[in-house]
Amino acid sequence: MSFNVAKVRKDFPIFERTIRDGKKLVYLDSGATSQKPLTVIDAESNFYKFNNAAVHRGAHQLAEEATDAYEGARLKVANFLGAQEEEIVFTKSATESLNLIAYAMGNAEPGSRFALTANNRIVVTEMEHHANLIPWQQLAARTGASLSWFEVTPEGRLDLSKIDSVITEGTKVVALTHQSNVLGTINPLDAIVKRAHEVGAVVVLDACQSVPHMPIDVMKLGVDFITFSGHKAVGPTGVGVLWSSLLNDLPPFLFGGSMIETVTMTSATWAPAPRKFEAGVPNMAQAVGLGAAVDYLTNIGMDEIFKHEVELTGYLINGLLQIPELSIVGPNNTESRGGSVSFTVGEIHPHDLGQYLDSQGVAVRTGHHCAWPLTRKLGVPATTRASLYLYNDESDCDALFAAITGAQKYFA
Amino acid sequence: MELDSLYQEVILDHYKHPLNKGLSNTYGAQVHHVNPSCGDEITLNISAKDGVITSITWDGVGCSISQASVSIASDLLIGKTFVQAQALSEEFVDLMQSKGKKAGDESTLEDAVALAGVSQYPARIKCALLGWMAIKDASIQTQSK
Repeated sequence: MSFNVAKVRKDFPIFERTIRDGKKLVYLDSGATSQKPLTVIDAESNFYKFNNAAVHRGAHQLAEEATDAYEGARLKVANFLGAQEEEIVFTKSATESLNLIAYAMGNAEPGSRFALTANNRIVVTEMEHHANLIPWQQLAARTGASLSWFEVTPEGRLDLSKIDSVITEGTKVVALTHQSNVLGTINPLDAIVKRAHEVGAVVVLDACQSVPHMPIDVMKLGVDFITFSGHKAVGPTGVGVLWSSLLNDLPPFLFGGSMIETVTMTSATWAPAPRKFEAGVPNMAQAVGLGAAVDYLTNIGMDEIFKHEVELTGYLINGLLQIPELSIVGPNNTESRGGSVSFTVGEIHPHDLGQYLDSQGVAVRTGHHCAWPLTRKLGVPATTRASLYLYNDESDCDALFAAITGAQKYFA
Repeated sequence: MELDSLYQEVILDHYKHPLNKGLSNTYGAQVHHVNPSCGDEITLNISAKDGVITSITWDGVGCSISQASVSIASDLLIGKTFVQAQALSEEFVDLMQSKGKKAGDESTLEDAVALAGVSQYPARIKCALLGWMAIKDASIQTQSK
């Protein structure tokens, strides 16, 4: 079965509208958030229409149905990742998932495998999104641990040549992105996971840009934590995922209702994972919507989606490289890279370029993409980013190429 | 094209040939402002004598709107008293918040009225205000010395 983009686009109501006075919507900003198929919108809406009640409490039929729907979504996400249900925590976002890990580690009993002191080290990379950098900066500041990082090469790859001196004895956590939201680089994990586990560190993988786009099997990756957001994977906003096989050993972060086993006036004990990480009434309709999203992606097939995106990324890169004065920031081939392609165009500031592209119906992201240390390192104050997904095709890329050429004339 | 209401010729002129760009060696106050959502940055020096702004110099990186706006603002406000500068700054902010309903008074705002089109693009208003906010901040700092 060949990949049928026209058929896919029919599933997404937003492509029925036009942009800026009747222009076709050319949506190349899925790295920021994806569009939603009708099945996801309906799943979220139907939960409110027919099944709404607080999950895990209430002695009535609606509460049972709501709980079934919510826990059913957890099972779907677990199956999607090749994981067990009890290893899946729903959060409000990937950002919350990452903060949860960092704060939970900060709450760990002294001497436990998660506890940090001034003798310990946290390792990140220069290509992290702020959401996988600042929580670790702050954890280092609270515990006295040091923060080290893998550098990025001019080609936009991780420099792993000094891996043994970056991940040292005493390193407790290595946090990195699976695929850079700026460069599109897919990071190799094997050597990092091996070295991290050698020194007893856990590996935290920010998979926001990979889970929506490629088949993921948590067992094969070998990492200890995976985080991603629903809204980048054709799901709703307001729901993120944390996967880990170590949840039982990790102390909770947010305290309150639902996450307890027993409570007295002076103390409390915790429900088993994943409940101990889901304090309060969760974002139920959004989790149910995410369940519909992974169903949608599974029906199309993650292998098919990945193959389509790699081919389209090749087309995008080749077309961009034909444009005079355009430089791609990141790998300029499809080897170990996904469909986020950042670039600069001569002296045209990305903000101005983005504005012109918008006037042609082309939606891109401009700026530092919440990875300011990376853009600084690469010597570009800002870039323009086109990011692809399953509903994009060559005509979207062609519209981008034409609009960039138009911008060059406009700002000449 | 609607885009032309945003990118008026006078804006592109200021962008390509910015006024008062290049920092002075001496100053009454120096400020550094950033626009965290897009990475635009500006360093700005201000000097004053007897309540009159005698010099505004700046350096920075940013889009045409932010760069043209600080060029226009510096040119307009040099030679004005702090009281006049504050009134003009308020008039400009009001223009930016007009959602395209005001054209601006050219007799007071001069070239800055060319930025009126920015008010129709909510995401760009902060670009246009970056330099003005830097001048406001630097003015307060140098007056409090």
